[in-house]
Amino acid sequence: MIRFDYARPTEVSDAVREGAAEQATYLAGGTNLVDLLKENVARPTRVVDIGRLPLAEIGETESGGLRLGALVTNSETAYDSRVQERYPLLSSAILAGATAQLRNAATNGGNINQRTRCYYFYDVATPCNKRNPGQGCGAIGGVNRIHAILGTSPHCIATHPSDMAVALAALQAEVRVTGSDGERVIPFADYHRLPGEEPWRDNTLKPGELVTAIDLPAERFTQNFTYLKLRDRLSYAFALVSVAVAMRIEDGRIAEARIALGGVAHKPWRRLEAEEVLVGRAPDRAAFDAATEVLLDGARGHGANDFKIPMARKAIPRALEQAAAGTPQSQTDKRLA
Amino acid sequence: MPDTRHEPIRVGIGTPLNRVDGEAKVTGQAQYAAEYPAAGLLHGVIVSGRIARGRITGIDETAARSVPGVVEVLTHRNRPHTPWLDRNYKDELSIPGDPFRPLESEEIQFSGQPVALVLAETFEAARFAASLIDVSYEAAPHNIDFEASLAEKFLPSKKRNSYHEPKNHGDADAAFDKAELRHEARYHLAVEHHNPMEMHATTVDWHGDGTLTVYDKNQGSQGVQSYLCNIFGFSKKELRVVNAYVGGAFGSGLRPQYQVYLAVMAAKHMQRSVRVVMTRQQMFTHAHRPEAVYTVKLGAEPTGKLTAILGDATTSTSRFEDNMEDVVIWGMINYDSPNMKGEYSIAPRDTYTSADMRAPGAATGMTIFEIAMDELAYKAGVDPLEFRMINYSDIDAMYRTPFTSKALREAYREGAAAFGWDRRSPEPRSMREGRELIGWGMATGLWNAEFVETSARARLTADGRLEVASATSDIGTGTYTVLALVAADTLGLRPERITVRIGDSDLPHSQVEGGSRAAASAGAAVQLACQAVGAKLLAAAAKVEGKPLGDARSLEDVTLTDGYMILRSDPSKAVSFADAMAASGLDVIEEEATAKPGLGDRISQMTKSRNVHSAVFAEVRVDEDLGQVRVTRIVNAVAAGRIINPKTARSQILGGVVMGMGMALHEETMGDPILGRWMNHNLAEYHIPVNADVHDIEVIFVDEPDPEVTPLGAKGVGEIGIISTAAAIANAIFHATGQRHRNLPITIDRLIAT
Ligand SMILES: Cc1cc2nc3c(=O)[nH]c(=O)nc-3n(C[C@H](O)[C@H](O)[C@H](O)COP(=O)(O)OP(=O)(O)OC[C@H]3O[C@@H](n4cnc5c(N)ncnc54)[C@H](O)[C@@H]3O)c2cc1C
Ligand code: SF4
Repeated sequence: MIRFDYARPTEVSDAVREGAAEQATYLAGGTNLVDLLKENVARPTRVVDIGRLPLAEIGETESGGLRLGALVTNSETAYDSRVQERYPLLSSAILAGATAQLRNAATNGGNINQRTRCYYFYDVATPCNKRNPGQGCGAIGGVNRIHAILGTSPHCIATHPSDMAVALAALQAEVRVTGSDGERVIPFADYHRLPGEEPWRDNTLKPGELVTAIDLPAERFTQNFTYLKLRDRLSYAFALVSVAVAMRIEDGRIAEARIALGGVAHKPWRRLEAEEVLVGRAPDRAAFDAATEVLLDGARGHGANDFKIPMARKAIPRALEQAAAGTPQSQTDKRLA
Repeated sequence: MPDTRHEPIRVGIGTPLNRVDGEAKVTGQAQYAAEYPAAGLLHGVIVSGRIARGRITGIDETAARSVPGVVEVLTHRNRPHTPWLDRNYKDELSIPGDPFRPLESEEIQFSGQPVALVLAETFEAARFAASLIDVSYEAAPHNIDFEASLAEKFLPSKKRNSYHEPKNHGDADAAFDKAELRHEARYHLAVEHHNPMEMHATTVDWHGDGTLTVYDKNQGSQGVQSYLCNIFGFSKKELRVVNAYVGGAFGSGLRPQYQVYLAVMAAKHMQRSVRVVMTRQQMFTHAHRPEAVYTVKLGAEPTGKLTAILGDATTSTSRFEDNMEDVVIWGMINYDSPNMKGEYSIAPRDTYTSADMRAPGAATGMTIFEIAMDELAYKAGVDPLEFRMINYSDIDAMYRTPFTSKALREAYREGAAAFGWDRRSPEPRSMREGRELIGWGMATGLWNAEFVETSARARLTADGRLEVASATSDIGTGTYTVLALVAADTLGLRPERITVRIGDSDLPHSQVEGGSRAAASAGAAVQLACQAVGAKLLAAAAKVEGKPLGDARSLEDVTLTDGYMILRSDPSKAVSFADAMAASGLDVIEEEATAKPGLGDRISQMTKSRNVHSAVFAEVRVDEDLGQVRVTRIVNAVAAGRIINPKTARSQILGGVVMGMGMALHEETMGDPILGRWMNHNLAEYHIPVNADVHDIEVIFVDEPDPEVTPLGAKGVGEIGIISTAAAIANAIFHATGQRHRNLPITIDRLIAT
């Protein structure tokens, strides 16, 4: 861990000013950042602790949705009665992640900004373009069991590890951010990015920008939804493949469907074409398989993660079935619904 | 007179007793190696190397040395002088080869090798400075890929002490070729790292008068003491090693780890107290269970009776030491077959030396053999349990010697009954509930029952308090509690009156704690020491006025209860310990004793086999499409002689079973062949079972009286729980899915791909 200055502002405007400094980083719950500091992966010269900012509330938006403050913890969010009633998918996805202890400390802003779990990214003795641009990617041709099968680039095949973000993508949330240029709102689909030529950039935040809240739109999916997560043990492991589904079924036909995949790409993976395939069709296996094919179009393994393609091919229809049947995956009973 | 209004509570061998150190542990009063304060303490942070093989060409320490608080950077260039000969570096469990010497030279032998130790007044300064050390290397070709290393496999001419050569019988190859039923397959076990909860750590308290106390995480204080004295030139009077509490080890603390070497070297160099604690990442740079391949060939008659057992195994080691394990002997010991042959070799690669990890050799070899047995049972069309009974051997089938005891039949019977094995439907894929396929599998466990020379001291004071002491260790196994029970049993005292002191090289001699032998060995020593105290008490009682105990000469003549000696022939006659001591003018009775195999024991050890057995039954539920496995039920029936403390013994089996679940489904250290480095070196990506993975585990101890095996009749339970648990699970997965998995761990990708 290197030496850094430390600031703990109480106003967003001060935080953003502090955060604009060269090599500054925001500290929220610290469950990810502190590990990265200890491993010398994050080497900020200034740490801006945002824990005292007034961003720890959940409130209503003007458009009938919910606003989740960036500093509300993952636990508070998952167990908030409004979230549970109106956005059970989000609640479920959060509870599928990490452990109770981590969720008690982790914040919503920190969750969507957590860094990849790529082994090489975490180990400064190894090459990694995301950590050290231009160094090369150790995972390509290396140990890549947990890596991406979609949207990769020759420079990086990392995944985004968040479960919560997968649900937020399906729910079409918006991310509210404040920077030195003022406030802006980023649609969730545009928040995270693919590695492309700049694998060091996880998302579209500009330097120094602070996430203040995540807005959930008015539309609720309370009947037909699920968060299905496959991992290396039954709890406390990152997703190898996860599937968030939010669906509306009218008169036995799919009126609307959203599918987002976790564990397979540098961002929660959605393909609107796959969702369109479902609209107007009966919720049956044929429809689900058709959507699955579109979603996984172009999927490519890198050796140790080849299995993710058949895994996703089986998990997506299963999740669609769970959602259509109104039997969402429980996050406490580990039997798969 | 003792209080006879209610039955005195007699706590002794067989009483389920809570951990006597439990309160100290949960209230944080138990001190671990990294927690001891020391005046003027320097903090040492280890810089780990990047490459797998080659040499250091340069170290730039300028930036590190300019960090305020940094007092020294030790590297191979400026380290203090150390002895030249390998024999100075041997430890209690040394294996053939050249022991690793930290900071010895510019040579790099494995990735993560310590290349510098930064010493600073604060931990923060040391850690920061460590990040600034810039090491350059010249890399040499390396290999950490096990399959590639098999090209270099060999059987060392100089064997490791603990290694047992397989004893062949008959003509196994010919019998296999002739057999009507045959099974042949190659099995693989991934590398596992021990990962005890507590990281390896050392605090050296430099007293300034030429003496030092080394608080160290290890499994044997006296072994580490000898090692350090040999290298750094201290006498045993000067250098004391304390390991009073150990936060797990599983074998990683059997041999001294490099942090203790660095800490003592630094303390001696700086003439100051020093602490060095490994990071979790550094826990992946030393001991690990060797990777293994094992080809098993079995031939049988159509009835299922084995006619040939052939095993050929290779395990991984480093290029500088030849670590060996007993892999292939277990199936040969356990099953009756006229023809058997075992072959074994090791394959070197550019990693640290592999090491003993809970049930070394058997956890690998018996587990794999039991998967092979399951395969042949299906081929024979015989129920897997019945198949074991057909091939049951009442004697050690490899050495052809009788056992001191073997209640495996009872373990099978009781385990099967508790599990409900008779309700199993034999066909694979024939049991399901909803989308889950249900599978039931079983396997046999086998391990050694050892007893080694150990000393202990017992000290009774006039206030009726007893202290027992031995240098043995408690690595979470419950040694404190077991010794308290043995002492309570022998002298009839309540455990609250007994203090157990262990984990200190100043105490009476004990070997390193490993091989499931501490309870039987230290327990026997404590019993002897307490008996000696008892004899003194009895002699003292003769001085009590009126001689209430008459002519009682031997401890056989009295019952010891609650601080009283009561005459067996006339229970109305009793003398309290306090009265006896007062009458003889004794404030203290102190006795030291050594338990060691006597002549009869040695003959018995030469002519009889001594083993622990188990029968493991597992139920799994596998999602048919998605391959997710849930281990919903385990029954482990253990025949381990006399159980000293059913409570801590059960905990040992539970822990072993959970670790076996990890072996079956989770634990795997993955290496990057290009970098020559273990990559998932953290507990987020090195998976072990968590609560959600663990359901019902039932532990049964079957009755197995065995006065011959060890003085207490105890066999040890620290390792048997892990052995073959993974086989029972793998066999259950086959029964559930019809898919045979021969690579452990059976991770979800393996289940989804098939
Ligand atoms: C062992 C382990 C297992 C885990 N398992 C899972 C899992 O299964 N699923 C899962 O989804 N997650 C998992 N997590 C990750 C966990 O959810 C994240 O660490 C957590 O959500 C991060 O939140 P935090 O508040 O602690 O963020 P911090 O650690 O404080 O910050 C994380 C990053 O976000 C940035 N940041 C924080 N807040 C803001 C903000 N408001 N605006 C801009 N940038 C910000 C920080 O600068 C930093 O780069 C696991 C973590 C661990 C350690
Ligand atoms: S996959 Fe991305 S994060 Fe991982 S090593 Fe390659 S560049 Fe770095």
